[in-house]
Formats: sequence, structure tokens, C-alpha cells
Amino acid sequence: MSARLMQGNEAVAEGAIAAGVRFFGGYPITPSTEIAEMMAKLLPKVGGTFIQMEDEIASMGVILGASLAGKKVLTASSGPGISLKQELIGYASATEIPAVIVNVQRVGPSTGQPTAPSQGDVMQARWGTHGDHSIIAISPWSVREAFDLTIKSVNYAERFRVPVILLMDEIVGHLRENVELPAENEIEIYPRRAPKISRAEGYEPYAPDEDLVPNIANFGEGYHVHVTGLIHDETGFPVGSPKVTEDSIRRMHEKIERAADEIIEVQQEFMDDAEFAVVAFGGTARTAYEAVLNARAKGLKVGFVRLITIWPFADKIIAQLAKKVRGILVAELNYGQLVGEVQRAANGACLVKLCRKYDMTIFEPEEILASIENLVAEVK
Amino acid sequence: METRSYEKYFRQNRLPHLWCPGCGNGIAMKAIVQAIEHKEGWTQDNTIIVSGIGCSSRASGYMDFDTLHTAHGRAIPFATGIKMANPELNVVVITGDGDCTAIGGNHFIHGCRRNVDLTVILFNNNIYGMTGGQASPMTPLGKKATTAPYGSIDRPFDACKLAEAAGATYVARSTAFHVQHLVKMIEDGMDCKGFSFIEAMVQCPTAYGRRNKIGEPAKMMAWMRDNAVMKNAWDKLPDDKKTAEKFPIGLFYKAETETYDSAYHRIQEMAGVTA
Repeated sequence: MSARLMQGNEAVAEGAIAAGVRFFGGYPITPSTEIAEMMAKLLPKVGGTFIQMEDEIASMGVILGASLAGKKVLTASSGPGISLKQELIGYASATEIPAVIVNVQRVGPSTGQPTAPSQGDVMQARWGTHGDHSIIAISPWSVREAFDLTIKSVNYAERFRVPVILLMDEIVGHLRENVELPAENEIEIYPRRAPKISRAEGYEPYAPDEDLVPNIANFGEGYHVHVTGLIHDETGFPVGSPKVTEDSIRRMHEKIERAADEIIEVQQEFMDDAEFAVVAFGGTARTAYEAVLNARAKGLKVGFVRLITIWPFADKIIAQLAKKVRGILVAELNYGQLVGEVQRAANGACLVKLCRKYDMTIFEPEEILASIENLVAEVK
Repeated sequence: METRSYEKYFRQNRLPHLWCPGCGNGIAMKAIVQAIEHKEGWTQDNTIIVSGIGCSSRASGYMDFDTLHTAHGRAIPFATGIKMANPELNVVVITGDGDCTAIGGNHFIHGCRRNVDLTVILFNNNIYGMTGGQASPMTPLGKKATTAPYGSIDRPFDACKLAEAAGATYVARSTAFHVQHLVKMIEDGMDCKGFSFIEAMVQCPTAYGRRNKIGEPAKMMAWMRDNAVMKNAWDKLPDDKKTAEKFPIGLFYKAETETYDSAYHRIQEMAGVTA
């Protein structure tokens, strides 16, 4: 495939189609709308379905229904819409329905600054719905990576039967880059999990496989599956027992925790001689990278650490990093969210400082560079 | 007495149900499987039961099909997704008066407007039963509820009129007393391609009847018998005879309009579907 100029949001739509997504339900919201518009155009061409729903909650409900009927599904929104979707993101988590939710972050809270970039939904991605639950969130920093991580999100959703948040920001969503997309045979697809035994052999839809993930039959395949948001046992039916409640919540966490080392992806640059490190993600990581280059040009031994996986959090990697360097700077486009996780994982092994911005504009490399210099001065 | 010929439609190991003695939900649930039994080509393997949250919506767990007990008010969006993802499936929604017309009200009217081929059966018990008797948007004026201890001043919805105005292509009402009529209304709704809405009036002796001194379940059903008026008779009834207690039952509206699923098939063809 030849290179073409593409927007981040467009790359998400192309990635979704390439990943086998054949159902999209959505509601218009800036700055994610282009994803819905692209899906409306692309899906019917491949025999898929696009549907614009009456609200964000319905957009989430419709994709979960379609997922249960066997389709790979995706929806896209931004902060305020994601808040509305949280009810059924929790439902997807509890009922283990594969679904991908794209959040192209904008400035909040509330209507905030609809067209301006932010990374203020780090915690919403993790804890937006009520109750203990598991989730995966990954965040791209380029248009090509928006394509690749959309495919990865769909594969994770199918493999772990968990809602996956593709945590974009307006920077990457509206970024235009010249990209070359991989050929179809270069793309790995995780197929929908299927029952391994028949009803007669004692099939139970929520019985975990070896990886703790259940092989739930699609609707219409004759398995007579019952799906409920009530706490349920392996049969899928509600049980009011402390043991089933505990086992169910534990398994939902462990299925992700067990695979965490594989899921967690972190890009590290200039770390061999690094005495300091800048941790960033998404669109902000582009500016942070430039700032690190500028710092190194000034002779400061600074490394670059980009979190591709936001949730589950890269605890081990940050703990090792904190033992290696003398100071970590967390650059994020919000009042300070990811920094708390970095501090927790660093556990006092080095100084962790925050470089924050929440004025609806993106970072300039000089701003992050100045914070690096302050950190270096403070430690020395 | 009817033989127990419908047992195969129920998950025996999930019974007895949790509904109170004298509740009308069981009658409406059985009416649904009786209608399915009459439908050629509808099987337990190709029919999906989707419900919301509340007393009505516990029915899905008892019925031996692929069944989906969704979140409060959200059954119609989930059902829409199932039908659009696999139009070969028959999709039935079971909802309640609170589930459908309060928290799910927006999904309800847009479901009617969109006209996806679904059969939606609202078990109307005039109250939030599961949570112990709070007023719903279908609690009649003046009736008591735990959240309307002096009588409700909230004007109730007529869900059938709402469905018709919003674009449903089949709208009917029956009651737990008129069992054979109820089965017929549901069955005709299933025959109708498009968004079919059937209001099944059911008695709630525990949370509604008792508080409003309407009496035993049998008395509540006698009230349905005495006050329900068949649509044809209702239309001829002079206005002064249409008292507050009286209400019409039967088929209110039916139209043939392209369903959303078949319209979308046209869109796929226009887009030049390749897969």
C-alpha cells in the first residue's frame, strides 16, 4: 500500500476495518466525530453496520448487543460522552463482552473546551465506571500508531473479553501525517473465542479457560446463554453468595494481571546513560521527545520513557526506572493524574516531579525542557 | 385447565420465579412463549429474549433461549444491536413501565422511530415493584406509592399513544386477565415486520394493589375484566362513558413501513458491498 496523508481519527477508522470491526454505534461529539463519519462511509462497503444512536448510552448498548450476536465492535467519543458510556462500560466488564471504546480526549470537566486538547481522562479510563473492574487502556502518539493500536485494542478486547479504551487525545486525533499502512497479510487478528464443548457435554458460558477468560457462545448458536450484569457464577446465572462474588471479581482482575507483562508496552530511548527520565504518553510524548533531544544537546543525561499502555499501569518498569535514575519528570496535559501512579510505583526510590499544563494549548518543547532543568538542579 | 405443555420454554432449574404470589408477570411471560409456539420458524435457538431491569425483566432468566438481562432502561439499544448484527434472529424485548418509559424513555421513542424489527412487550404494573413500590411514569393520578404517599400528582404516560406518535408500526394493549387476547396481540406483533409494541397490563398486588386498597390479585384481575373495553367498542363509546377507570385494549395501530434492517441492507448495496 502506498503512503497517504491521513488524520489520526481516520487511521482509527481504517484500523478498525482492518481489525475486523463490523459494527459501530456512535453519537456526534468533537473531537472524535471524524471516526463516526468514516465508519458510516466504510462499514457498509464491507458488509458491516454503522448506526447513529440517540445518545452515548445507546451507542454503547447497541455495540454490546452486536458483540453478543458475534460482531467485532467499536464506538468512539470524547470525555463527556465517555462519562455517559461508563454505565455500560461497567456492564461490558461484568458480562465480559468484547468492545473497544475510543476516547479522543478534550478539555474537561463538563463541556470544557470541546475543540482543545487535554489528557484529563487518564483516571476516567481506569475508574470511570462504578465498582471494582478490569480494563485495558492504550494510547498512540502518531497516526500510524493510531492505526496499529486500534487493531491491538480490538484483539485485546476479543482475547480477554474486556472493554478496551483507546485513549487518544485531540493532538493525535486531528494530527495529519503521511503514513504507509501494513498489507492485510501483515496484520494479526485475534478471532472471536468459541465454545470448546457442546451443551450436552456440560458447556458453561462463564467457565474460565486456562487463561481465565471464558469462551462465551455468540447469540443464535443454540447454546441458550444467559447474560446478566448481576454477579453470576460459571453458568451465567446470578448467585447471591459471598464466595461467587469474590471469585468472580478476582477472576476479572486476574485475567488481566496475569497477562500484564505482555500487555504493558513502554518505549524507552536514551536510557543507557540516563540519570534522569521524562515519562509521557500520547500527543504530549511527541513534545517530550523533542525536549529530551534538546536537553541532551545541552549535555544533560536525560532518557525518554513513553507509556503506550496506560492501564494496566507499568508498575514494574517504573519501579526499575526509579532505581536507575535520580529523578523522573512526568509531563502530562492535565492538572496531574498519571504522576500519582508514577510516584506510587517509584515508591520513593527517586524524586518524581510533575510538568503539567491545562490551559487548552499543547506543550512547547521549551516548557518541558525548563522543567527538566529544574529537576536536574533540584537533585544536584 | 391447560396442560403443562410449555415447560420446554422455561429453564426448570431457575424456577420457581421470584415474583410475589398473585403477580401478573408470570401470565405475561407465558403469553410470550405461547405466541412463540404459534410462530412458524421461531425456535428457542433463533429467538433472543432481551430485558432491562426490574420485576418484568427477571423473566429473561427463566426463559430457555439466548437471553440478555441488560442495564436499567437499556434493553432496546442492546436488542437493536443484536437484530442489526444478525437480522436472521427474532428479537423480543421484555420491559417494565419504569424501565421503558422513565430511564429508558429516550431509547423507547427512538426505537419506535427507527423501526428495527423488534417485538417489545411492556409489563405494566403501574409501579416500581422490585425496589418496593415507588411511583412510575405509568402510576395513575392520585394513586399511592412509597414516593407518592399522598397520591401521585405526576400525569402518567399512555405508552401506546407514545409508541404510535413516535413511529412504532404495530401498537396494541391487552391485560393479564385477557390471556388469549394477550397471546394474540403478541403473536400479531411478532408477525408485523418492524417495531411492534404491546402493553401487557399486569397486576402487582404487593407493591401497588395493597397500598391502594385495590384488594386481592383476583380482584385486581376482575378490575381489568370490568374496565377494559375492546378497541372497536371503545371507538363507539360516548365520551361520558369513557370514565377514568375505563381503558381500551386491542390493536391501536398498524402500518407497513420499511424496517431499519432492510433499509440498511439497501445502504450496503449502494455502498457497493464487497464482503
